[in-house]
Amino acid sequence: MKQTLKTIPVSAWVGILGITVCVLGALLAPWVAPYDPNVVLGAPWAERSAEFPLGLDNLGRDLLSRLIWGARMTLFVAVVATLLAFTLGVVLSLVAAVMRGLVDVGLSRLNDLLMSIPTLIFALIVLSALPQTLGVLIVVMAVLDATRVFRLGRALAMDLVAMEFVEAARLRGERTLWIVFREVLPNALTPLLAEFGLRLAFAVLFISTLSFLGLGIQPPTPDWGGMVKDNKDGIIFGVSAALVPGMAIAVLTVSINLVVDWLLKRTSSLKGGRGDG
Amino acid sequence: MSETRSDIPASLLALRRLQALRARYPMSSRILGRLGLSLLLLFASSVLIFCGIEALPGDFASTYLGQAATPQAVANIRAELGLDEPMVSRYLAWAGGILQGDFGTSWASGQVIADQLWSRMGNSLLLAGCAAVIAVPLAVGLGLVAVLYRDRWPDKLINMVSLAAVSLPEFFVAYLLILWLVVQTPLAVFPATVYDSMSLIEKLHTIALPVATLVLVVIAHMMRMTRAAILSLLSQAYMETAALKGLGAWRIILRHAMPNALAPIINVVALNLAYLIVGVVVVEVVFVYPGMGQYMVDAVTVRDLPVVQGCGLVFAAIYILLNMTADILSIFANPRLRHPR
Repeated sequence: MKQTLKTIPVSAWVGILGITVCVLGALLAPWVAPYDPNVVLGAPWAERSAEFPLGLDNLGRDLLSRLIWGARMTLFVAVVATLLAFTLGVVLSLVAAVMRGLVDVGLSRLNDLLMSIPTLIFALIVLSALPQTLGVLIVVMAVLDATRVFRLGRALAMDLVAMEFVEAARLRGERTLWIVFREVLPNALTPLLAEFGLRLAFAVLFISTLSFLGLGIQPPTPDWGGMVKDNKDGIIFGVSAALVPGMAIAVLTVSINLVVDWLLKRTSSLKGGRGDG
Repeated sequence: MSETRSDIPASLLALRRLQALRARYPMSSRILGRLGLSLLLLFASSVLIFCGIEALPGDFASTYLGQAATPQAVANIRAELGLDEPMVSRYLAWAGGILQGDFGTSWASGQVIADQLWSRMGNSLLLAGCAAVIAVPLAVGLGLVAVLYRDRWPDKLINMVSLAAVSLPEFFVAYLLILWLVVQTPLAVFPATVYDSMSLIEKLHTIALPVATLVLVVIAHMMRMTRAAILSLLSQAYMETAALKGLGAWRIILRHAMPNALAPIINVVALNLAYLIVGVVVVEVVFVYPGMGQYMVDAVTVRDLPVVQGCGLVFAAIYILLNMTADILSIFANPRLRHPR
């Protein structure tokens, strides 16, 4: 363990630090946030002061408190959607790779069809018909994200299924699910972990984009994308309140990407690759 | 029954003839196959867009009427919009209309969708086109530089900046640019609203900021993917041979790597042009630009389904077309398919 800790590069430490700050802020929001996020405390877009470190927003609510509570909402939706997408995508892709035949063809073609429409456009189409509640949002994001996971998972599993140990398990007469979870999944875990990070960063950007367009998390619940939308009109008057939540999104996604970068480098060197292929 | 039985040898014969043709013309047969696949995909996605929305539980008539939704009023509205007919006949009417350039009328405004759609699509294409013309050569060039100076400071710098740029949301980049280039130093224009009466120069000046935003967002993706594509090529044995022969770095890249890198680079470019389509949506909303993305987002907000379906289908068609073009170009770029076997 000590050995591994020493080999983590500085960039990855920066990433881990950024993620930790965001997660702590989200978890401890009720204790860390100085004010209630939905209470009007002063004039709209009041300047920074000792009382309000980041100033007030378009309605006069404390920006720092909203930022901390927003971390909770944004992270919660992104993490739940990504976890759901992963469960769905990984299980279906491994089943497709192990069962082959009609199941594989059917699932793959369905996946191709879902991927033939750009993600954001697809989400817009679905959200135009469904009620914009939290559950619907998470499920829509998860299903769209699962298509990407499915493709990677299937490619990984196809390579693994051709290995001798899977053949051996099959000849032993093991059941499909046993092969999926005991033989294939453990070997596909590291690349999938890197993909999890990428998908998580994407989910943060995606929910923020939807909220920014007014189609994600509905006000007054604070979330980072929605906060940019609330404060965007201030930009023209030189009020930078909209940039603060934007910056928070950027810090979180950059941090996740830094960690993913390190994970990807580690997996490629594990495989005996040249480190940057 | 007797008909099908006598058909079997004939169909087998046809199949065998098809296989012979495929062996004789490997390139054309693959291109034809890819064209057919795209048509099929377009059809399937139109079914998905139309029937998917219809099958979902939201109901326009009750949303539209709100408090006044008595059963009779709902039934009246449904009859007026043609919602009481069976789904298949409505799909056929919708798809048939689109094939003739008729996207129907908007529920919210009652206007003809096609007029709006075409003029807005022209605006969106202008935006995306300008961004592509700037971003593609720049990104591929920077990707090459990063490969050439691999693991030295130009590569590390490009790598770090592009990692940050990939992680930034489009709207954040856009507002940063607005704050710097409009509010602090008045160089560009905001909002980027263009009119038909503007000259091309005026239009270009107006859209400078949205184009810059799109370029910044897309360039990082494209550059990273170009770098990865060429690097995976460099680990091939023949590249090592070329290096061991003592050839110069540029010669190796241009003569040995480039012909093989062409197909992956074409793919990278097409993938990112497709990414531009999505980026356009957000950037148009930020800059209040009268394009297709803004049109669609507005329609989603008021649940104007015919507009959403029309825009969705056009976006999907462009996306499918771009992916198809990429595949066909990489078939062309593959020298192994140029000669009949």
